[in-house]
Amino acid sequence: MLELRNVTKTIGATEHIRDVSLTLQHGSLNVLLGPTLSGKTSLMRLMAGLDVPTSGSVWFDGKDVTGIPVQKRNVAMVYQQFINYPAMTVYENIASPLRVAGTERAKIDKEVRNAAALLKLTPFLDRTPLSLSGGQQQRTALARAIVKNASLVLLDEPLANLDYKLREELRAELPKIFAATGTIFVYATTEPHEALLLGGNTATLSEGRITQFGPTIDVFRRPNDLVTAKTFADPPLNTIVLKKSGSSFLLDGGVNLPVPAELAGIADTSYTIGFQPHHLSLARPSPSAVPVRAKVSVTEITGSESFVHLDFADVRWVMLEHGILVFEPDQTIEVFIDPRHIMVFDANGRSAAPPQMLAA
Amino acid sequence: MDKTWNNKAWFMVLPVLVLVAFNAIIPLMTVVNYSVQETFGNNLFFFEGVKWFQEVLNSPRFHSSLLRQFAFTGLILLIEVPLGVAVALAMPRSGPWVAVCLVLMSLPLLIPWNVVGAMWNIFALPDIGLLGYVINAMGISYNFTSQPLSAWFTVVLMDVWHWTSLVVLLAYAGLVSIPDAYYQAAKIDGASRWSVFRFIQLPKMKRVLTIAVLLRFMDSFMVYTEPFVLTGGGPGNATTFLSIDLVKAALGEFNLGIAAAMSIIYFLMTLLVSWLFYTLMTQSEAEG
Amino acid sequence: MARIDCNHIRHAYGPHPKSDKDYALKEVHHAFEDGGAYALLGPSGCGKTTLLNIISGLLYPSHGELLFDGKDVTNLSTQERNIAQVFQFPVIYDTMTVYDNLAFPLRNRGVPEPDVDRKVRETLDMTGLADMAKRKARGLTADQKQKISLGRGLVRSDVNAILFDEPLTVIDPHMKWVLRSQLKQLHRRFGFTMVYVTHDQTEALTFAENVVVMYEGEIVQIGSPAELFERPKHTFVGYFIGSPGMNVMPVAVEGRSARLGSQTIELPGAPKPGITGAIELGIRPEYVRLGASGMPVSIRKVEDIGRHKVVRASFEGRDIAAIVGEDEDIPADPKIAFDPAGINLYADSWRVEMGG
Repeated sequence: MLELRNVTKTIGATEHIRDVSLTLQHGSLNVLLGPTLSGKTSLMRLMAGLDVPTSGSVWFDGKDVTGIPVQKRNVAMVYQQFINYPAMTVYENIASPLRVAGTERAKIDKEVRNAAALLKLTPFLDRTPLSLSGGQQQRTALARAIVKNASLVLLDEPLANLDYKLREELRAELPKIFAATGTIFVYATTEPHEALLLGGNTATLSEGRITQFGPTIDVFRRPNDLVTAKTFADPPLNTIVLKKSGSSFLLDGGVNLPVPAELAGIADTSYTIGFQPHHLSLARPSPSAVPVRAKVSVTEITGSESFVHLDFADVRWVMLEHGILVFEPDQTIEVFIDPRHIMVFDANGRSAAPPQMLAA
Repeated sequence: MDKTWNNKAWFMVLPVLVLVAFNAIIPLMTVVNYSVQETFGNNLFFFEGVKWFQEVLNSPRFHSSLLRQFAFTGLILLIEVPLGVAVALAMPRSGPWVAVCLVLMSLPLLIPWNVVGAMWNIFALPDIGLLGYVINAMGISYNFTSQPLSAWFTVVLMDVWHWTSLVVLLAYAGLVSIPDAYYQAAKIDGASRWSVFRFIQLPKMKRVLTIAVLLRFMDSFMVYTEPFVLTGGGPGNATTFLSIDLVKAALGEFNLGIAAAMSIIYFLMTLLVSWLFYTLMTQSEAEG
Repeated sequence: MARIDCNHIRHAYGPHPKSDKDYALKEVHHAFEDGGAYALLGPSGCGKTTLLNIISGLLYPSHGELLFDGKDVTNLSTQERNIAQVFQFPVIYDTMTVYDNLAFPLRNRGVPEPDVDRKVRETLDMTGLADMAKRKARGLTADQKQKISLGRGLVRSDVNAILFDEPLTVIDPHMKWVLRSQLKQLHRRFGFTMVYVTHDQTEALTFAENVVVMYEGEIVQIGSPAELFERPKHTFVGYFIGSPGMNVMPVAVEGRSARLGSQTIELPGAPKPGITGAIELGIRPEYVRLGASGMPVSIRKVEDIGRHKVVRASFEGRDIAAIVGEDEDIPADPKIAFDPAGINLYADSWRVEMGG
């Protein structure tokens, strides 16, 4: 179990990590999700022991390991860049952590071949990394992390430099590969989509702070605050600030948005309403859905889906619909907001109360 | 991978600390000691306060060697930096010739300083030296042992030959780190060769050039061996730079107090000018 | 803006190409229409960047010719071709202000200063950089820098085409959406000819009206996003576009039905008799219906990715993926059915037509 207790990291005058407390269990897959410079890499360096926190402590299995250097911890790291020993064969690359540890030959051979098989590298064991494709180079780096049998494996955007499809493949394999090992597995990414595909737990980061930590799908469906909801939305979260009056949020253009039943008691003031792009739709999804008229700005088609960028009042929304939609730019269309799927945030950006989401 | 926490590392640097203490701090203290006292034989010392400093700072001899020093340093910086950058620009960016160029460029840097002096001494002799002979054959009267201008010309040329490579190597390192996309974008933007240099290459080389200027300033400001071997500071005092003057005062005339005061002034000046250079150049970078 | 014709262009990086293997670009014969928005999509090493560099003049093709509006430009330099290009990593002149960055290409061409000022101001407004015109370019964020790169292309009203080489690689996901829709708006308003290279299907499909899918140095299909999605010409296109990609399984065809193991699947039409080679049926996960009736499957895994669920199942001993809506339940005794509209048939990986 890896525990960060009130960890802060300041370099010069800038706070890179602000008061982070986090507990990661053995055998868990944990995603650090946040934009560039949100502190993902800084946090990983602290976890690994590459950096020492300015304040706070790091505990591993009940032992204080703050200040213990990375060499003395059992940590493996994989980076965005493909880092291998260019002069060694793939076999020697994978074997290198075992050689350092002084493992006997027969065992090394067995472990290397196992890892190679797992990562589909068996045909390339005699090649050097630079003669391989990017995907195979990163597999080699991953294999090295696996044979090390580390208790903590840190992956810093490991798929960012790979092609879309290769990313998809490796992403599907990674959780399986690491699941069996009992390792604590930390994965940093900027992409919400990637966090959802990996599953496990997600910690959303913003400006050096962890805004929420929990099972990935829960964080996605029930964010505690607006920052988390925005961090965890791709396409971007649709938002609008509305005044509440009695049982409805006042929406320009007539029809008001009913306040979800469980939030009936909240004060009459302004709230930020957020909803995912796929909860804005062209067809009425439920009898309670609220129609609004918005102006089409751009339509993007992916073949199976269409992203329609809409201007409503002074905000820009994205509607995600199945199928191919063709609209004239500047055309005004009627779309529906499903009040069952809205999230309500107060003036401080905190969730007014957990919004009701339809259980899967 | 930097910033690793390991206390053992301090023991590793201990020998260096001891060495620095012996090499720099202790001699420096001795010099400070000398600079404030009158020394006689039999280890007799009298405290003199700042007398030596006053004497040095007011002496015309010090002024003229200081002036020569600045003239020399200024001259070689003006020649070596642009020349070094120009050579670096002319070097191939890839292919088999890169290695050849780099080796050729490194050669002068590998020759010991006194050997450089001796080599140029022979090379420039008006009667048997190739350089001296050729210049005289062209009808120009040239003799570095008797003509101050010839002596200056030779000393500067020697330094340029010896040290321009350093600037070239640093500038080249800066150049090769520029991604190809920059050159491609410049082509697309229709930039001239000069614009490419001014807006892409120069800004990207700025960091390494700062280091190059600093290194060349410090080295040339403290230059001793090469001109000493070549001209011995002559003819007359024409090429007597600060360091040569200092040695003359200390060992030639055994004016330990004067020499010590001079050393300290010299040291502080090098420090100050280096610091000025560095601050100016890094500041302009911060401002963009 | 111009129409760009690639006439039988082949390219090899080595000096003496012998076989097809030596060509990074095997043969491209294609026209990019004036004012069109195109994407070149494919995995790394498929030749898409090679083709882009040939169009921009950074590379001269080993064979074939390149025409801009019918004029041969094969041997012209990048400058003479008058194109703009945005690179993977933002290229900015970091000692200059944002304004001067945009003015640079015009000043280089000797445009009079009042015209420079007018064009630069227009471009600043177009790209939304107006309020940082006076700032030094170096301190800006990646997406702002990328806008400057784009702006340096837009500022020249006479460019023949704007080329993009994976321009959103270093941009955060949120900003990608913003930049992409801005790009699309710019294209709509000003009708530039744009060619956009990427390995990311979402970027390609959302950006372009016509997507050129490349694989191993060749164009495998050119089509609208909908065509590529619904009627992939080659199983590679089926796999490469869509996530997860198309389910492809070997079948035996008899008239209007295909047999897979113990199951018989009704086809939307009968293929021409006499097709040979390895016959496969392709169906996208979006067209696989999971419900209480149909062919039995056993579910291995359900990935809840927020807006929908990806069901990974075993069907007649083969892996199959299906997409299920966010609010739909997974039945206890799962069965699948194929939507006939989504069924494609392939012989030796190439699509075969099915008659009515």
